Amino acid sequence: MNIHIKNGRLIDPKNGIDAQRDVFVAEKRIAAIGTAPDGFVADRVIDAVGLMVIPGLVDTAARLREPGYEYKATLESEMEAAVAGGVTSLACPPDTDPPLDEPGLVEMLKHRARSLKLCRVFPVGALTYGLKGEELTEMAELSDAGCKAFGQADAPLTDTRVLLRAMQYAATFGYSVWLRPQDSFIAMNGVAHDGEVATRLGLPSIPAVAETIALSTMLHLARETGARLHVCLLSSAAGAELVRAAKREGLAVTCDVSINHVHLSEMDIGYFDSNCHLVPPLRGLRDRAALRAALLDGTIDAICSNHSPVDEDAKQLPFAEAEAGATGVELLLPLALKWAEQDDVPLLEAFKHITANPAQLLGQKVGYLSVGAHADVCIFDPEATWIIEAAALKSQGKNSPFLGYEARGRVRYTLVEGQVAYQSNS
Amino acid sequence: MNNPQLNKNGELHHLLTTEGLPAPIIRHILDRAAIFVNSAEGNEIRKVPLLQGKSVFNIFFESSTRTRTTFEIAAKRLSADVVNLSIGSSSTSKGETLLDTVGNLCAMHADMFVVRHAQSGAAHFIAKYVAPEIHVINAGDGRHAHPTQALLDMFTIRHYKKEFHNLRVAIVGDILHSRVARSQIHALTTLGVPEVRVIAPKTLLPTMVEKLGVQVYHDMRQGLRDVDVVMMLRLQNERMTGALLPSAQEYFKYYGLTQKKLALAKGDAIVMHPGPMNRGVEIDSSVADGANSVILPQVTFGIAVRMAVMSMLAGAK
Repeated sequence: MNIHIKNGRLIDPKNGIDAQRDVFVAEKRIAAIGTAPDGFVADRVIDAVGLMVIPGLVDTAARLREPGYEYKATLESEMEAAVAGGVTSLACPPDTDPPLDEPGLVEMLKHRARSLKLCRVFPVGALTYGLKGEELTEMAELSDAGCKAFGQADAPLTDTRVLLRAMQYAATFGYSVWLRPQDSFIAMNGVAHDGEVATRLGLPSIPAVAETIALSTMLHLARETGARLHVCLLSSAAGAELVRAAKREGLAVTCDVSINHVHLSEMDIGYFDSNCHLVPPLRGLRDRAALRAALLDGTIDAICSNHSPVDEDAKQLPFAEAEAGATGVELLLPLALKWAEQDDVPLLEAFKHITANPAQLLGQKVGYLSVGAHADVCIFDPEATWIIEAAALKSQGKNSPFLGYEARGRVRYTLVEGQVAYQSNS
Repeated sequence: MNNPQLNKNGELHHLLTTEGLPAPIIRHILDRAAIFVNSAEGNEIRKVPLLQGKSVFNIFFESSTRTRTTFEIAAKRLSADVVNLSIGSSSTSKGETLLDTVGNLCAMHADMFVVRHAQSGAAHFIAKYVAPEIHVINAGDGRHAHPTQALLDMFTIRHYKKEFHNLRVAIVGDILHSRVARSQIHALTTLGVPEVRVIAPKTLLPTMVEKLGVQVYHDMRQGLRDVDVVMMLRLQNERMTGALLPSAQEYFKYYGLTQKKLALAKGDAIVMHPGPMNRGVEIDSSVADGANSVILPQVTFGIAVRMAVMSMLAGAK
């Protein structure tokens, strides 16, 4: 099918384009930008006047909850949520049940995801069997099955010898290792940042030093092994400083942050709002400012949703007992826009963190709109406002710290591989 | 952010924490408690009909004898029907969620829930989900708050010291894990105590505790100097594990209240303890039973304060 997207404002960070340009899609690819290729006949014309046309978003952390947690969410519900949010590629962490530690599971997931024809799904394989932090998985087999990186999700890997070997083994094949830095002893039982709010509310806490200790270990091992390290979900100012120094040194390290941590802090917990029970914990205002600064100076490469749909029952509990996590794949775009607006970040710069950069982390040729590229496109109305509420979310998870917020920016069309995977009626 | 324990008119609807509790409401509670103390000081204990026909449910998810008993006595002196439910963790282990438990209890037409739970924020959680006519009293939630304990402590201080604005108060012990300490600090600062000190080793102090408006001391001798009120905290036995403290002996040596250390405080200083005491761990028997101790009056006042809170919540004038 040939699609002509006309009159839109094209913003393509990778190619440095921010201009009024028509986009021509032929079959599954971008056929031309600006003027139609010879003999192009559109089967469909999308009038994008007043809309922005950007590469489909790439989310480095979105849980689909399959297999094993279908009561929380399903591939259908979460992939529909993804395309409704303009996300056309996502990486899913390995903490399913069973975890993604067997090639067969990964193949099944890829197959199921493909059959739904919604967005692209790139599984992150388990680094250790059962995510137990003891034995290495068959990384090469898992890679053949479709895993794009290997990690532990939120499961601890306390044995540094296992970590060393996992990184050595991954480095052998050039796989990148995705780890969230948190010392599990210091963080034990903690549910909130070790600061003013946890002190006031009497919540067991996790100090930022839990992040920096683990991060230091990982960086030392990355230096030692030459493994490509991707630091997931950075949360603290001190952590950002360590990553900055490592990059300056020339280590092969990359980093992402969740959009929740770009906007929220411990203060948002208020009177025990369990929607703010997140992993890692929301930290102080200074940490939030440091994370924002780290996005702008290139220390943090990507912003992810860390989409974690949780069922109602698991959230409706006292703060510490409530399951951590928030839904978010549908909020990534409006919240990134909000950040850009608040900090006067040029849109080319802001969108880089949700398109080209995360695509590069996944090693995928997506996240840009050059001629010949995959026609994964997000077309949205930057002025449309809407209230974030349960009924407005397609995700099966309705748990969000942003419930009640007014969002600006609403997706009108999402194209994946040249097909309209989502279009909104309003 | 709305204060979840006040109604739209700024009146007390639940008692969840002393944080953000307006000073006039605290004073009102103390004034009302004074009336109950006077009436109870006659030999015959007068029962008042303020809560006649009302049901008070004591819902204890965490075991407690003393607090539950004092709430029960207070409710009975107000002529309420009292139902004691020791839920422990049994209903949750049977698969019932806290929300279901609360829903079931609401359906039994209670007027007031007195709740104790091991999780910080549990009372706020329950208050959020109860039927609008039900009042929730927090009888202790995790490390967060124990407002009636703090209010009875305020009553005790006022009883002996008359005023708050000229006092120096020291809270000694395991501040980190103590809901009592947090509630005391908020109540003391709200009532205008100019100097609240906390005394503890670093392992038993929460991060940025000074943000609560207190001065931090690690040396008990310095911290007790010239104070008017010494509020001791109970040290749980489990604090001896988890690398928080090396031993009860060392703790007693450095942070236990002895006559010698008490001598550094003002001569008329009062010594308080929320109970149950660990004699020889946080407090020496000679101090606990000594002339400065007001530990037993605290218990008596506790009943009056709880009567005051319950009758206020029930809207009795």
